[in-house]
Order: sequence, then structure tokens, then C-alpha cells
Amino acid sequence: MTLYAFLGALEQGFLYGIMALGVYLTFRILDFPDLTVDGSLPLGASVSAVTITAGHSPYLALALAAAAGFTAGAVTALLNTKLKILHLLASILTMISLYSINIRIMGGPNVALLGTPSVLTDLEGLGLPLFELTPMFFFLIAAAITAGLIWFLHTEYGQAMLATGDNRQMITALGVNTDNVIIFGVGLSNSLVAFSGALIAQNQGAADVNMGVGTIIAGLASVILGETICGKATIVRACIAVIVGSVAYRTAIALALGLKLGGFSFTPSDLNLITAFLVIIALTSPMLKRRFAR
Amino acid sequence: MISAQALNKYFHRGSVNEVHSIRDLSIEIEQGDFITIIGSNGAGKSTFLSCLSGTHPLDSGCITVDGTDVTRWPEHRRAGFIGRVFQDPLMGTCAGGSIAQNMALALKRGQRRGLSRGVKPADRELFRERLRVLGLGLEDRLQDRAGLLSGGQRQALTMVMATLVRPKLLLLDEHTAALDPKTAAQILELTENIVTAGGLTTLMVTHNMHQALALGNRLVMMHRGRIIFDVRGKEKAGLGVEDLLEKFHSQEDAEISDRMLLG
Repeated sequence: MTLYAFLGALEQGFLYGIMALGVYLTFRILDFPDLTVDGSLPLGASVSAVTITAGHSPYLALALAAAAGFTAGAVTALLNTKLKILHLLASILTMISLYSINIRIMGGPNVALLGTPSVLTDLEGLGLPLFELTPMFFFLIAAAITAGLIWFLHTEYGQAMLATGDNRQMITALGVNTDNVIIFGVGLSNSLVAFSGALIAQNQGAADVNMGVGTIIAGLASVILGETICGKATIVRACIAVIVGSVAYRTAIALALGLKLGGFSFTPSDLNLITAFLVIIALTSPMLKRRFAR
Repeated sequence: MISAQALNKYFHRGSVNEVHSIRDLSIEIEQGDFITIIGSNGAGKSTFLSCLSGTHPLDSGCITVDGTDVTRWPEHRRAGFIGRVFQDPLMGTCAGGSIAQNMALALKRGQRRGLSRGVKPADRELFRERLRVLGLGLEDRLQDRAGLLSGGQRQALTMVMATLVRPKLLLLDEHTAALDPKTAAQILELTENIVTAGGLTTLMVTHNMHQALALGNRLVMMHRGRIIFDVRGKEKAGLGVEDLLEKFHSQEDAEISDRMLLG
């Protein structure tokens, strides 16, 4: 693996790591399997792309994307808590709706962002080549968001959110309106995912309605890989593990795509198979470890 | 004072499985009352508690607390004045949270939860002090996950959590039924200590007639969703298990379950 490819994997790892934090929040903290993310990632990208092409600041684009993501997540949670639709189904309904909505927002299936300003524009002129600066920049953003999430989960409200996912009856008996916690939590999760999507669009110079396909699987793979590598004993550890897992996942994929066995090599369309394989390895590794330890 | 007037609760209303679980039930719970509730299976004891806590919405009737009508308050809002301990010892605590985190959650019962630190260092001494009373050594294990504790320890912790913020009403729903006899006796002793020390208004559902007679100042017997017997003070103190059994039999359609007889 070349340094260039490795830096690329790091960059992707940090970018999608923000999305994986969102998946961690719903999947692990709230115990709410949320497929909305497959739609809220391109939602963030669409909102960001349209904001920038309309001549506004790329930072405003990120904020609007996060707000849009929050709304999408809140809709899923409202369908679940108020209309009593099963969480998985509620999230699928929002996800498919977002496909149509994203095309409406962009006025077509995609928007190119060539020659427009992005959050990376400001990095030019810092002296270092961009392919070295971008991973550092995205690392800082991912680190700041991870720190923010760790702080939040230690607040009174954050603790109530952890309890909502752990024992809903208990925390209701202690006076917490769990519906509100779930609405806020799923909203927050999707705002992270949309924020990640907005950064991805600015980084790759395009937003596409299909860029969200498989987001949930990539997010889960990152969460589970991270837990296998770093453990999940404390909130701090579990949150950092998500970013580590995301980087590990992108590195593994870069390695697999660079692999050449005689005439055989993987193509990007093999990604799903590789991902499924990685998740299975990560899920079964504790069991395998125990077996071989005997 | 907590007053329940003509409560009615149905399950599966309008279907062939309709159950009229609470029938025109009225009761005045005086400040400081420690009421034990007995009755056969399906008498509506737990349902009555759920109606008070707001877990089950009522079909009709009215509940007031110190003159405030709370009938339409959702469960989480009523939690502001109600402390609860459940039958399942795993139900009252968060397995994934530490003892300190669980206590901190209980300390905010009925208050807004904001963005200040969840477990405040200043509260740790209070937590230790309350846990020391249990004599289980939990005061030195604040950082341990609640999931590591035994059923009895978790139930004791739940008891402390339910009363950490003084409740206007404490609801104990067969909270010793899932424990072994020795642990059950310990939890019961703890219950009596906490309730009498605080003069807490308490409702305790039990299947054990000895418990029902030994504890509290008032005893209520339920049958088929109604209160069929309500004694207090000296009259209660003079009762024996035989008297209660007789009361059951005197009901025309009394059915006494095996469990009740074994109690």
C-alpha cells in the first residue's frame, strides 16, 4: 500500500467516522436500528451542494446539512414513538422518502461542485500538499465531534439517553419522557450523518443521490470493528473505537482493492462482499479467540 | 393525600378477551399510610399500582394528589411524585451504568435534565451515605456496573434510588417475590426501615399474608378488581392469617390460588 493510498484511507476513515458515530448513537446507545442514514448522508450532501452552488459559504452549507439531517432523524423517531410504527420500518420509510426529496433538492440526481469553494479551499496556501493536509483537517473535525459526543453522553441529558437505550421502563419511572429523548437522539445521530455527507460531497466535489447506498452497513462495520479492536468498556473508549474502526474499515477496503492475485483483483463492486466478510470476522472474532485460547 | 375515585380499567376492551381488571375502585390514601395489598392472582393489585403510576391509562375514574388532578398526567410526569420498585430486580436499575450513574439518574427524578455533568462529584458523599445504610458494601463500589450486582443487591439499590428524592407515594409491586427467602427478608427489613424512617406514604403489593400482616398500618384485600376489605390500625394489628383466609372464603365466588394458601 502506498503512502498516498494510506492517507486516502485515513481521510475516508475520518470522514465516514463522523457518520459511524451517528450509527453508534442509534444502534448502540439508543438500541434503535436506524436505516434513515442511507438517505440522510446524501441529504447532507445535497443540501451542502445546493447551498454552495447558490453562492453561500461552505460552512453555512455544513450547518444547514446538519439541521436537515436532524429533521430527517426526528421524522423517523416521530413515526416510531408517536405513530407506533416499528423503528426499522419507520427508518426505511424515511429513507425511501429521502430519495425523492434529495432529487427535489438538487433538481436532478446529482450536482457537481467543480471550481466552487469548499471548507478545503482555506487549507490551500498552508504550505503542505493537499493530500497530506486533508486527512489532518478531517482528523481534527472527527476528533472535535468525538470529544463533543463524549461530553454530551456524560451530561444529565446524555445519561438519560444511555438509560433510555438500556432500560426504558426504569428511566420512565424516574421521570424521563423517553419519546423526547429518542426523537432528539435519532435526530442528533442523523445530523452527524448528514454533516459527514456534506463534508464528503465537498471533498469529492459532487453530491449524488446514490452515494448513501450501504451507509448503514459501513457504519455498523466501523462500530463493530472498532469494538473488536479497542473494546467498549467505557463511553470514552467506545466513542474513540468508532473512529478507529472507521479508519480500520477504510484501510481494509483500500488493501483489498489494491490486492492482485495473478490475474484476479477486486473491483469497487466487490465492496459489499468485502464489507459483509469484515463484519462477520469482527462479530465472530471474540468467539474464535476463545476457541483457540483453549 | 392521594385519592382515587371510581377507577375502571379494561384490557382488550370490546374483544372476546375483554377483562374488567379494575372495577369502580375508590380509595383514600392518607399521608403516611403504609398499606399492604393482598389478593389472589388476577385480583388487579398490580394493575391498580400501574393505574396510579400512569403506566396504564384509565378507562374512567379520577386520581388526585393533594387536590391536584393527575388523571391525565403521563407516566413520566407522575414519576415526579412517585417512587417505584418493581418485581423484577433487573427492572429498577440500568445494567450498563455504574452505581453512581444510576443514583445520579434517580437524584434528578421529577426535575429537568440539562447539560451539566451527569454524576456530580459533590453528590458522591450523599450516595455513599445512603448506600451505607444497606450494609452491603455498595458505598465502596460506586464505579461498579449495576449489572455486576446480584438480584438482591440490585433490588436494595432500587429501593434506595426510589426514595433518594422523597416520593409523595412509594409503590412496591411484589418487590421481594423474585428473591430467595433470605434476601427477601433482608429487602423487607430494609423496606420497613426506609418507610418508617421517612414516614413515607407507601403501597406494597404482596402475595405473602404474613408480610401483609407484619408490615404497615393498613391492609387492603382485593378481589376481581374491587377492594373487599380495608382495615387499619389496631383492627389490623389484631388480624391473623386465618382471619384473612376466612375473608377470602366468605366471598361467594372466592377462588384461592395455591400460591395464596402456601403464603
